[in-house]
Amino acid sequence: MASLSIRNVQKRYGALDILKGVDIDVGDGEFLVLVGPSGCGKSTLLNMIAGLDDISAGEIAIDGRRVNELHPKDRDIAMVFQSYALYPNMSVRQNIAFGMEMRGVPKPERERAIGQVAKLLQIEPMLDRKPSQLSGGQRQRVAMGRALVRNPKVFLFDEPLSNLDAKLRVEMRTEIKKLHQRLGATIVYVTHDQIEAMTLATRIAVMRGGELQQLGTPHEIYTRPNNVFVAGFMGSPAMNLIPALVSGGDGGPMVRFSTLDGGAGLALGADLARRVRPGQEVLLGLRPECFSDLGDEHSRGLPTFACTVELTEPTGADLLAMLTLGGVETVARLRPDAAVHPGASAVFAVDMTKAVLFDPASGVRI
Amino acid sequence: MAETLTQGPSPTPATLLPALGRAGLYGALVVLALVYATPLFVMVITSLKSLEEIRNGNLLSLPLSPNFDAWIKAWSGACVGVACEGVNRFFVNSVMMAVPSVAISCLLGALNGYALTKWKFRGADLVFALILFGCFIPFQIVLVPMASVLGMLGLASSTAGLVLVHVVYGVCFTTLFFRNYYAAFPSELVKAATIDGAGFLRIFWRIMLPNSLPILVVTVIWQFTNIWNDFLFGASFASGTAQPMTVALNNIVNTSTGVKEYNVDMAAAIIAALPTLLVYVLAGRYFVRGLMAGAVKG
Repeated sequence: MASLSIRNVQKRYGALDILKGVDIDVGDGEFLVLVGPSGCGKSTLLNMIAGLDDISAGEIAIDGRRVNELHPKDRDIAMVFQSYALYPNMSVRQNIAFGMEMRGVPKPERERAIGQVAKLLQIEPMLDRKPSQLSGGQRQRVAMGRALVRNPKVFLFDEPLSNLDAKLRVEMRTEIKKLHQRLGATIVYVTHDQIEAMTLATRIAVMRGGELQQLGTPHEIYTRPNNVFVAGFMGSPAMNLIPALVSGGDGGPMVRFSTLDGGAGLALGADLARRVRPGQEVLLGLRPECFSDLGDEHSRGLPTFACTVELTEPTGADLLAMLTLGGVETVARLRPDAAVHPGASAVFAVDMTKAVLFDPASGVRI
Repeated sequence: MAETLTQGPSPTPATLLPALGRAGLYGALVVLALVYATPLFVMVITSLKSLEEIRNGNLLSLPLSPNFDAWIKAWSGACVGVACEGVNRFFVNSVMMAVPSVAISCLLGALNGYALTKWKFRGADLVFALILFGCFIPFQIVLVPMASVLGMLGLASSTAGLVLVHVVYGVCFTTLFFRNYYAAFPSELVKAATIDGAGFLRIFWRIMLPNSLPILVVTVIWQFTNIWNDFLFGASFASGTAQPMTVALNNIVNTSTGVKEYNVDMAAAIIAALPTLLVYVLAGRYFVRGLMAGAVKG
């Protein structure tokens, strides 16, 4: 197990900038998730760590040793691919053994290592089967076994769950997390699924257009997104970004925004109030769960506003209420038995301590 | 439609029409099959008849006393040019020419395809386009330059020289086949093997080739048929005892002296055609199996 440091790493294909200088330090035993929309450069970065793509500028070091010029096999890494990349002509046993065979590991030692990994991943009964005879989840396990058997310094996962169906994906997600806890391995994991990122990571790197948007713990990313892109990308439903205006009030500055019934205002917390001035235009960032109906005990003592509910979507666990605030569609996540009805007005309480404000021009958090 | 259900199974236009169509289809297929099978039928029965019977009898009548005399003569006694030793040595020549040519050209084509798709270098597509050009060069154009090259290499009039000619000519086609197959071959397998520590050739032998059975069979069938059936290169670059089967067959059939032995000619022609037939029958089965293996990958 080891640390990984990525210093000002860039990737260019001709005039095309894929990565525009990324800095990330991954500590020993950390689970770093690279997340972003397709084309953001996250897979390229992973391939560069693996040595499958060369580095245009900058440096990648594993355990303090520069690996830019090292062949993939000498970097002491293992990779799990999106398509599993199991060799179709070899049995599961041969698939797992192939890397050891290439490194000249003696046969008895290979067999012992395969036995251990097979036991850990519960794939012992299928060691002599071909990949084509396995289900998606089993293939995924074998692919992980092939990585585990190497006992590498860093594990690299390239969207390993995106080929699985929804139910299996959740199961394998939990398994990967358990595996990380048991092994304490250093992992870099690429995904475009923000739920995977939130659930698995000890730290998340949100990327867009070849640039790092924010690096932080899942909690930091979720509660204090650096900019509107991170705010919109992480969380489902996404954070509401309501165009609003700061105005002075008796009890301190407030944010005012339009509703279908006129307008509403909410008092800013002391922390946010210090950073804005009256008359300033802002985007008010509110997670859907910041809203509550008055029947909810969490609503006590919170500022409120009234608004017409356009639509409700019961999910079973929650009731999603659609509102139009500041001219944009806004989602409020309420208790499943909240007394709100489409077409009728309702009063909502808002937990303003969890609110964030963004500058509408630059998109950066204030 | 409710009435037709209660009326029972009496034929209605709706059920009659597809049946008629089917009958027409099978009829057409039978006619076509006859068109293709009749020449083979005539060849086989003629080769089993005696010369006397051929002269007196009907082309399509079955042999009265079938025997393999003509086959034995074709194999070991027919006159090819001045030597009357049958086609056996020329058959061996063809085997000695076709097997190495097919093996080498397929292997080179696979290596080319692999390098052009999985180890892409700047200009790889241009190189491929240039190789592709080779597929469009007519045989006749290269006869004279090829002859002088073979002369310089000291390979003129030898089986080795013919192997070289067929490899050079075949590599364009085999490269085309393998390159297109490998273009759709998952690159992640190559990446995984690279991380596992396998190099260029090891990946080729252990990962690429074992997963290339369908295209390998197609290429082998294509190459073997072309090389075995080639006449022009065989007639141009091999002489005397080094001639391939096709040239020997021509020399038997087109002989202008003595009696025309149709039964021996037919037997020799069938012997010349048997290996390609065998390749189709044997490899064709693997070809289908290979396709199925890909289809149920899931």
